[in-house]
Amino acid sequence: MYEFDWSSIPGALPFLWQGMKISLGITGVAVAAGIAWGTVLAVMRLSPARPVSLFATLYVSLFRSVPLVMVLLWFFLIVPSLLRDVLGLSHATDLRLASAMVAFALFEAAYYSEIMRAGIQSVSKGQRSAALALGMTPLQAMWHVVLPQAFRNMVPLLLTQAIILFQDTSLVYVSALADFFGAAYKVGDRDGRLVEMLLFAGAVYFVLCSAASWGVRVLRRRALA
Amino acid sequence: MDFRIFFSPVPTGETTYLGWLLTGLRTTVALSLASWVLALPLGTVLGILRTVPNRGLRAFAGAYVELFRNVPLLVQLFIWYFVVPEIVPGGQRFKQIDPFTGLFLTSFACLGLFTAARVCEIVRTGIESLPPGQENAGLALGFTLPQTYRHVLLPMAARLVVPPLTSEMLNIVKNSAVCSTLGLFELTAQGRQLVDYTAHAYESFTAVTVLYLLVNPAIQLVMRAVESRARVPGYLGSRN
Repeated sequence: MYEFDWSSIPGALPFLWQGMKISLGITGVAVAAGIAWGTVLAVMRLSPARPVSLFATLYVSLFRSVPLVMVLLWFFLIVPSLLRDVLGLSHATDLRLASAMVAFALFEAAYYSEIMRAGIQSVSKGQRSAALALGMTPLQAMWHVVLPQAFRNMVPLLLTQAIILFQDTSLVYVSALADFFGAAYKVGDRDGRLVEMLLFAGAVYFVLCSAASWGVRVLRRRALA
Repeated sequence: MDFRIFFSPVPTGETTYLGWLLTGLRTTVALSLASWVLALPLGTVLGILRTVPNRGLRAFAGAYVELFRNVPLLVQLFIWYFVVPEIVPGGQRFKQIDPFTGLFLTSFACLGLFTAARVCEIVRTGIESLPPGQENAGLALGFTLPQTYRHVLLPMAARLVVPPLTSEMLNIVKNSAVCSTLGLFELTAQGRQLVDYTAHAYESFTAVTVLYLLVNPAIQLVMRAVESRARVPGYLGSRN
């Protein structure tokens, strides 16, 4: 029988917390930038101008067809050299965190845009017509009338996507960036306590994500009431 | 960009670099199919359990979904590979089998059980979207509950869940890329190996991305045929 030894966890907590801050940082940046860019993509996709809607459609289906791991590998390849050229940084600068943030933001925007598109379509047509009749331009109608309602309708889905995104940040493992999971793996590997550290990491993700999903459910029920 | 690299032989000489990628694609497809064969029946049973009147069965299926949906796939994969053989009796013997088979079986179990939780939610939503009158009518006609599921609810629900199941099939292919982190030589891992050997990163990533892009329409084509045959007459989008 396997003998568990959890003693390496307490000492590793500060290091794990550093990792958790990276996970949460990537999640925060990607949620904010992903919703913003995703909303722009959704509006572009519903635009009457063909090239504009075609671009958004291609963007969304490209990112949704390729595995996140592959997208991350692409960005860890391209972004560092691009940023170094543009900003004139030295080769010693560690750009993995920046690359991860850019990758997640652009990748998740494709998923957020699908949510926002459904949100925009959930707002009744009369709202837009009324705004146009009041003399607003189509963009003003979108910004002041349609989007606020679309956003409010979609808050539960946007939050659920954020929980998925938080789980997905563990994939920065492919760049050896020490996010929460990467930190747990490193400690477990160092101390020969991989079993305990992996179970601990799984439990932490489980508690955080279940609590967050439960919160979303409460929010949704309150919105319906 | 120099795509001629794919036609040069690999260091061991038995194939070309393109051959490596195609072997990887074959592993990706085999793993996805195998996991799907596990996920679909298991997820369907769990999805049915989530809708039955029995509280205990409902709670069991609900707990399964909670567990598998709230832990990242990568963490689940590592737990299957590093933790389960240690703590399960007889797990030590698992470590002695040939590495490729071991990795493949681990990835298969992980992806299959993970996807089952997602299939479960799709099936549950499909059954719950039917009007409650259908179940009541079945019961009123003297069907037992299992008969009502067998003859009334499931035939209807099965047709409604085809589109979401299609996107779940696409997901399983994408999710299989996570298994490259363990060293299973599926498509993504072969692409990374190519970078290590040839230093042609842009070419090999482009090829891998294109291959993933080709898998999607292939699945969609098959599923569109299934979908049009499965449409419920009189429902939106049906021809009859």
